[in-house]
Formats: sequence, C-alpha cells, structure tokens
Amino acid sequence: MSANKVIHAYYTDDDVLMLAVKKVKAAKHHIEEVYCPFPVHGLDKAMGLAPTRIAITAFLYGCVGLTVAIVMMNYIMIEDWPQDIGGKPSFSYLENMPAFVPIMFELTVFFAAHLMVITFYLRSRLWPFKEAENPDVRTTDDHFVMEIEVHGNEQELQDLLADTGAVEINISEKNSH
Amino acid sequence: MASHYEAPIRRPLVVGDKGYHDVTVDIAAPVEGKANKHWWIVFSIALVAFLWGVGCIIYTISTGIGTWGLNKTVNWAWDITNFVWWVGIGHAGTLISAVLLLFRQKWRMAINRSAEAMTIFSVVQAGLFPIIHMGRPWLAYWVLPIPNQFGSLWVNFNSPLLWDVFAISTYLSVSLVFWWTGLLPDFAMIRDRAVLPFQKKIYSLLSFGWSGRAKDWQRFEEVSLVLAGLATPLVLSVHTIVSFDFATSVIPGWHTTIFPPYFVAGAIFSGFAMVNTLLIIMRKVCSLEAYITVQHIELMNIVIMITGSIVGCAYITELFVAWYSGVEYEQYAFLNRATGPYWWAYWAMMTCNVFSPQFMWFKKLRTSIMFSFFISIVVNIGMWFERFVIIVTSLHRDYLPSSWTMFSPTFVDIGIFIGTIGFFFVLFLLYSRTFPVIAQAEVKSILKSSGERYKKLRDAGKPLYTIEKQKPIAKEDLITDDVLMGEVVPTVGDKVGVNELLGTLGTFDATKETPDDLKKIKGVGPKMEETLNEIGIYTYVQVGRMTSKEYDLLDSLTGAFPGRAQRDDWAGQAKLLNAKK
Repeated sequence: MSANKVIHAYYTDDDVLMLAVKKVKAAKHHIEEVYCPFPVHGLDKAMGLAPTRIAITAFLYGCVGLTVAIVMMNYIMIEDWPQDIGGKPSFSYLENMPAFVPIMFELTVFFAAHLMVITFYLRSRLWPFKEAENPDVRTTDDHFVMEIEVHGNEQELQDLLADTGAVEINISEKNSH
Repeated sequence: MASHYEAPIRRPLVVGDKGYHDVTVDIAAPVEGKANKHWWIVFSIALVAFLWGVGCIIYTISTGIGTWGLNKTVNWAWDITNFVWWVGIGHAGTLISAVLLLFRQKWRMAINRSAEAMTIFSVVQAGLFPIIHMGRPWLAYWVLPIPNQFGSLWVNFNSPLLWDVFAISTYLSVSLVFWWTGLLPDFAMIRDRAVLPFQKKIYSLLSFGWSGRAKDWQRFEEVSLVLAGLATPLVLSVHTIVSFDFATSVIPGWHTTIFPPYFVAGAIFSGFAMVNTLLIIMRKVCSLEAYITVQHIELMNIVIMITGSIVGCAYITELFVAWYSGVEYEQYAFLNRATGPYWWAYWAMMTCNVFSPQFMWFKKLRTSIMFSFFISIVVNIGMWFERFVIIVTSLHRDYLPSSWTMFSPTFVDIGIFIGTIGFFFVLFLLYSRTFPVIAQAEVKSILKSSGERYKKLRDAGKPLYTIEKQKPIAKEDLITDDVLMGEVVPTVGDKVGVNELLGTLGTFDATKETPDDLKKIKGVGPKMEETLNEIGIYTYVQVGRMTSKEYDLLDSLTGAFPGRAQRDDWAGQAKLLNAKK
C-alpha cells in the first residue's frame, strides 16, 4: 500500500464506539482498524472481522505434540533399548503405554501452548524490539481510535463521525507498514 | 448495553468512583512512583536471606550432600519437603487465571497477575531443590532424553521422577507464556505513559510492540481461553505427578492411591493461602484496596476453607484405609505418625490444615483482614508440616528397627530453605515495583458490569454513557452538528431557552405548591432531578405537559442523555404518578 490519507475518530467509551462502528458500517464505509485499550466484546463481529482460527492451530499443534511423544516413547523405550524393569519387560508399545500417558499429555500441552502463542505473536506482529503502531498513546489508556481510509470523502466521513459521538477527529497521512 | 448487565445483588469488584483512566493511573502508580522505606527494608532482608541461601548451596555443591542432615534411613527430608511445598504454592496462580477464567469468575482479574507471578517464582524455587540434590548440578541436562556418549542409554520414562521433570518444566514454561501474553497490553499501557526515554525503551521492549488492534484483541482473547483450557488439566497433572513420586513407591505411608487428588487439593489450599499472604500486604503497600477488595479476600478464604476440608477428609481417609487394609506396616506407619516421636509435627499439621480453615465458616472472621492474614500464615506452616510428616515420618522407622532413627536438619538444610524464601521475596518485590500488578486491561473490560461507579449509575436508572455531539477538534473545519440545525441552541442558564420551556410547561410557585419527587419517574435520577429543578421543573403536572418539542428543548438544555425522556415517556409516567397522588 502507498501512503494514504486516513481519518482517526477518538472515542472515550466502548458502548459509544460500538454504536459508532455499527453506524459507520451501516453507511457502507470500510473500517480500516480500531485500536482499543481493552477487549470490547462483539467489536470484531461488528467490524466484520473474520473469526480467528488460532484455536484450530492449537489443536493441530497438540496433535503434533502427541505424535512426537508417541514416536519418541516407542523409539526410546521399546525399540532402541527395551528393558525389563521390575519384571515388566517393555517389548510392546501398547502394553507399556499406560506408563507413557503422563509424558504424552505433557508434550501435547507443551506443543499446543507454545506453538499457538508463537503463532499469535507472529500473526499479530509482536516480538521484542517491535515498534508499537497505535496512532495515539491514549489508546492504551482510555481512548478508542477508529481508523478509516479517506478516498476523497473527507467531509462526509467527518460529518458521520462527528454525529457518532467522537470526541476528536484527526486526518493524517498514514505510512503503511 | 445489555452485555454490561450484572445482577444488582452482586457486590462491586472495583469500589470507588473509578473510570477507565482512573484504573490506568492507579495501576501505573506503583511502577511510576518511588519505593518507600518499608520496601527497601523488606527487600534488604529478603536479599540477605537469599545470599545466605546461595552460600549454603555453594557449600552443598562443593562439599557434598553430606552437609545435610540426611542419614541412611531418612534419605529424603527437607529438600523434597521444600520442593513439594513450593510446587504446591505454585498451583494457585494457574488455578486462579485458568480455572476461574473457564468458570467466568470476574473476581479473578484483580488477583490473577500476582498469583501467576507467585506461581512462576515459586516453581523456580521448587526447581532448585532437585537440581541441588543431584549433587552435580552441571549434569542436570542428563534428565533430558538426548543422545549421549553412553551408547543407546536413555532416561527411564517409566519413572515418575522423570515424569516430574516433564510436568514441572511444561508447567513453568506454559505459565510463563500465559503470564507474559496477558502482560503485553499492560506493559503497553506503561510504555505509553512513560516519560523518561529509558523507561519507554524498556517497556517498549517488554510489550513486544503491542498496539491493541481489534484483530489482536480477538486473537488475544481466543489465545487466553485456549491457554486456560490447556493449563487447567496441566495444573492438575503437575501435582498428580508430584504425588506419583511417593504413591508409586512401596514405602508404607507413601503407597497410597488417594495421593493425586489429595495432593492437588492441598496444593490449591496452600497456594491460595500464599496468595492471601502476599496480596493482603500488596493491596496496602501499593494502595490497591479499590481493586483487591475485602470481597476478594473473602472469596479466597472460602476456597481455602473448602480445599482445607478436602485435605481433612483425605487425612481421615488415609487413616481409615490404613486400618481397613489390614496391612500391619501401613497401620504402624499411621499410628507412628500420630503417636510416635513425630507426634508434634503430625498434630501441628492437623491443627493448621484441618482445624484452622474451619474458622472461615464465620462471615465476620473471613472478612477480617488481620484474621485472614493470620490464617494464611498458619496454613503455609501447616502445609509445610504436611509434606514433612509424609516424607520423614514414613521413612524414619523402616522395616529394620535397628536402623530406626530421627532426622535433624543442619544449618545448611535450614539455610537453603530460608534462602529460597528470600529469593522468592526478592523476585516478588522486584515484580511489584516494575510490573503492572493487576491485569488492568481485563479490569477495564469488567468495569461497566462490576465497577461501583457504573453499578450506581445503573441503580439510579441513569445510562452508563452519553453520546455528546460536541464539535470535535479537527484539522479542517467541520460543519455544525447542532441538534436544532441552525437555530440558536439554548443551554443551562440560558434565560431565553428556559423561559420558552417553562412557557409551555407552566411555572412552579413555591408559595402555593409543593414539589413532587421526580425521581419516581423511571429514568430520572437524583442528578437529573436536580437539573430539572434548576430549570424550574418541580411537579408531575409540569412534566406531564411535555411533548416531543419540549423533550428536544430539554435535551439541548441539559446536554445529556439525548432521547432518554422520550424513550422512557416521562410525560406519561408523570400523568400516572399525578393521578395516584
């Protein structure tokens, strides 16, 4: 994307923001982004964001962890060096499986949790030394900022946003990431 | 909005007149302020204790485990007692943040951050003990299944001790990730408030560039939920596996199938006690009484009472099963615990863990801050004794009476234990000065449903928000957004507007009439009544004469709650009230 003109509408209340989002959507404008200091329930739906699939990735990562555990246990305990511990020989994975349940469980959780969080950090572009991109420092305190791209309809947007209870409206050039 | 509704019977979780910005200010205050004298005194004591512990650890490693009080009969004592004690304390954090999240308990939000910090710091302490006990801690990596120079020699995955390695390291790392993910928005808040460039840099680094986009929040909430779902069975598995260390052995007193649930209940019990100990002090020192309220302490006391009772049942079940099993070794182990040379440890455990939490049945006691603090300390002591009793009394009289002995700790045993307490407090005190100690983003999200300010507004029948269509500050000029489009808009104190309004509604004559209680009209609170009186509206008759034209005038006069009067049909209500008068 090139440098674009965007309009920032500031709100100080989540309910006002929600109503504003609905109004702006009803007026058929595309909401580029909303910056919030805390999660506003239903905002993603109101904005028309697709549901997140991160839980599905967690499930898949969990399956990977379980598989790793099973393959590892089978190789280490059954194939590579089968031992006879306390008169219980380990020559069959299935017969010895109950002793491996704790490890299978822990590795499932380990893989699912860590890989899901890493996926989240990468998808949401969060890592050490990453510069924050919120347009105003107040958006982590008590202000909500709705960002709409301007396509030669400044006046119309301003009127609409002023009508929704925005406490401040700014127009700025946005350098896209 | 309806989504903010909460039953009026629920007590506010954030007391005082707190809005979103107040939450920010209150939670950033301990980080932005300077440490007081008390903090420095406690920190110095903790640091000295920690350094003493470091000295004892160095002595142990350089000389050998022989510096401890262990002998050929009691081959496990304080080290494993301390290990289990610290792991147990570490259970409350994940329980609060994960299990209470799944149960949608909003009160977790004020305490989950510190409870998780406590979890991580105490699991670090716990992890020290097995590593020191290895004797050669630089070979600690041998517990990992890595290819090595001994041919195809692997670690024994049939051993609960190895399960423990996996359980505790998974628990530590998952808790850390859970904690840090929740911290990102709060670090971002401190970053955006930071004035000094150094602070700004540090918190930018810690917050990973969190910007609070709608999509980030959507993912954040999903990730929190899934992590809670994963951490719940994880936290239960950890202490279950710790209990396997004992339960899978053949030592009378350890070889007990009740251990997993009993250890988990005991862990939650001791963990909540430690949370209470820490937070009762922290709410005072960091002035967070508005967020960590007496209700929070009361709820934690109830958890302590319930888990303490579960632990009590487990103690009695153990005794019953020992008798019922008919195994004389098992029977002797329990008889010896209660009446043998370690009777004092057993009865200290019984008193602290079974008896003392029962005081929490009394509302007066469980809402007393001093008493809660006292009980939390008692429970911490009791839970240490529980592990000591299980471990030492089961070992000290083994199958051979000729090798029966007692255990006495050396200064090294004591030093390492005190050292871990010091280390724990060093970490926690540093945390309390540099981290946002309350999950402020989460607290803000429940402020409208559970904050006192908004609860009061709801009770008074006032809306939680107003849409103020003021002229926003913009770079370019905007057209006017006046309600009356082009007409002169009257405001409070504007004689023309007021006269026009009273002209149609009629004036109130204080000498002949008495004012009505306008608050009886649904939608009129004390504040609105005051405003109406200011304008000159005192009676139902006056309100009853209002039509949409007067409503609009009134809206422009008061400037608040547009459309409210019309929606609630104040005129209709006033007519009914007037008829009933």
